[in-house]
Amino acid sequence: MVLVLIAVTTLNNAWPAFRESGLSFVTSRQWIPNEGKFGALAFIYGTAVIAAIAVLLALPVSVGIALFVTEVAPARLRTMVVAVMDLLAGIPSVVFGLWGILVLAPNIAALYNWWSDLVEPIPLLTKLFDHTQTGRAFFTAGLILALMITPIITTITREVFATVPRNDKDGALALGATRWEMIKGVVFPHSIGGMVGATMLGLGRAMGETIAVALVIGSTPQIVANVFAGGDAMPAVIANQFGEATGVHRSALIGLGVTLFALTIIVNVSARTVVRRVDVRLRGLA
Amino acid sequence: MTTTTAPPAVAPPSLRTGNVSRSRKFRDRLATIAMWAAFGAAALPLAFIVFYVVRAGMHLFSYDFLVTNIPIISSKPGPGMAPAVVGTLLITGAATLIAVPLGVMGAIYLNEYGKQSTLAKFIRLMTDVMSGVPSIVMGLFIYTIWVLRYGLSGFAGALALACLMLPIVVRTSEEILRLVPSALREASAALGARTWRTTVRIVLPAALPGIVSGAMLAVARAAGETAPLLFTIGIVSKPNTKLFGSNTALSAQIFRNAQVPFPAAQDRAWAAALTLILLVFLLTIAARLITARFARK
Repeated sequence: MVLVLIAVTTLNNAWPAFRESGLSFVTSRQWIPNEGKFGALAFIYGTAVIAAIAVLLALPVSVGIALFVTEVAPARLRTMVVAVMDLLAGIPSVVFGLWGILVLAPNIAALYNWWSDLVEPIPLLTKLFDHTQTGRAFFTAGLILALMITPIITTITREVFATVPRNDKDGALALGATRWEMIKGVVFPHSIGGMVGATMLGLGRAMGETIAVALVIGSTPQIVANVFAGGDAMPAVIANQFGEATGVHRSALIGLGVTLFALTIIVNVSARTVVRRVDVRLRGLA
Repeated sequence: MTTTTAPPAVAPPSLRTGNVSRSRKFRDRLATIAMWAAFGAAALPLAFIVFYVVRAGMHLFSYDFLVTNIPIISSKPGPGMAPAVVGTLLITGAATLIAVPLGVMGAIYLNEYGKQSTLAKFIRLMTDVMSGVPSIVMGLFIYTIWVLRYGLSGFAGALALACLMLPIVVRTSEEILRLVPSALREASAALGARTWRTTVRIVLPAALPGIVSGAMLAVARAAGETAPLLFTIGIVSKPNTKLFGSNTALSAQIFRNAQVPFPAAQDRAWAAALTLILLVFLLTIAARLITARFARK
């Protein structure tokens, strides 16, 4: 009962602040609080970019770990992998951020520039991976986020892989398939829906993550293709500016929160729907 | 072949034998290596982070660190995180007192009364949605309904954390309640007990260890949260043991000190991070031990 109440009041309370900010809120890229200009496009762009980087990095790793646990690892190692994932999930995000800003960011700029040199001759890639002066960038934020969402995606995909019927797997092996061919032919087709759902849950988490991103993204609202440049994201700007904001600036930040809220709800609800549909299908088969 | 042999233990067939072509064998090997690498890709950074936090945190971490006030000038070296330790314990404790009873009651409703009714399904959906709400949005929510009227306080932070814990507590408690055998409930009902009596006297005691461990995981999660505290609790440099009035927390202090260019402040951030991780891990381990005992029963 209480839950419903809370969900409703959240929307109710944030709604007026959003109306106040006007329509250009999501279409303008100008965010100059002193002149009363509030266009959140750069932040929305930043959130999208780092969430995309995080998912692109985390998905293969997570699926790899989940397969490792269900198909490859010996039983003793299996519990160890699960423990490592639990530890990773248990580290507070502010600690990730602290590590990111003090250890990762100062050292990774050199790596970024080395990579930029490497892809210089390739026209499209050099736009995407241009030189940089700082390690506080889109990519660093994406990297940290990837670490944070890996346990989530891994846990769910592992559960989905565990539901693949033993008979199907044994059947493939009996036909002479190697383990990899069995995984490709049996495990993946069976669990594609669950993998999509897990990815979207990870995406939702990545979009809403605040503190780690606020520390490493560089707080420079801009829309550039270079992922090694500094940027800014919706939750990060709320965390960084809310303390000194007043009046319209403050309600614009709350409006930003509402936008974020709406986006994550859309992502999460569709993820749950996908997962649930897969659930129903599997139960229907059994 | 004899007919009396026991059925062979199920084991995956060996891949080494047989006429598997070289390229297929190669691809299989490659995929296996990739899976090992994926595990390494997650485990290495974890090791790095833990290593750095322990190494950099050990500098300053001591009994003194936990009981000395935070220096007002942040470039001044030396220990002091006592207000944050007090704040974290106080705020998280208050959040637990709010969220756990509510969450357990919600779970009892869902599993013992609502079951598959439309309202229960709707509440379950809302819980799912709530668990996906970014923590900073929860902070904004509490800011708009509480802080604007009553000002910054540790209690406001506790409210925000409670909102984050609630869906976790409801979900885990419901799972645990579902595991309680329905034979217990039927036996109780057969003796003439009403549903609420069955719930209080039979179901809850059976599910208690599981509920406690679920709650502790939620507490561990909440203790590490920063975003909802940033604009709900304010800041202090002396311990505030009262629930109302400005307060501070370990996570908020790490965030502040990480953005300051002074090594002294950064040292304090590392040591605070070590304190926080120790706290979270202790809670997690406690939860695990309780779950293990539950499972053995």
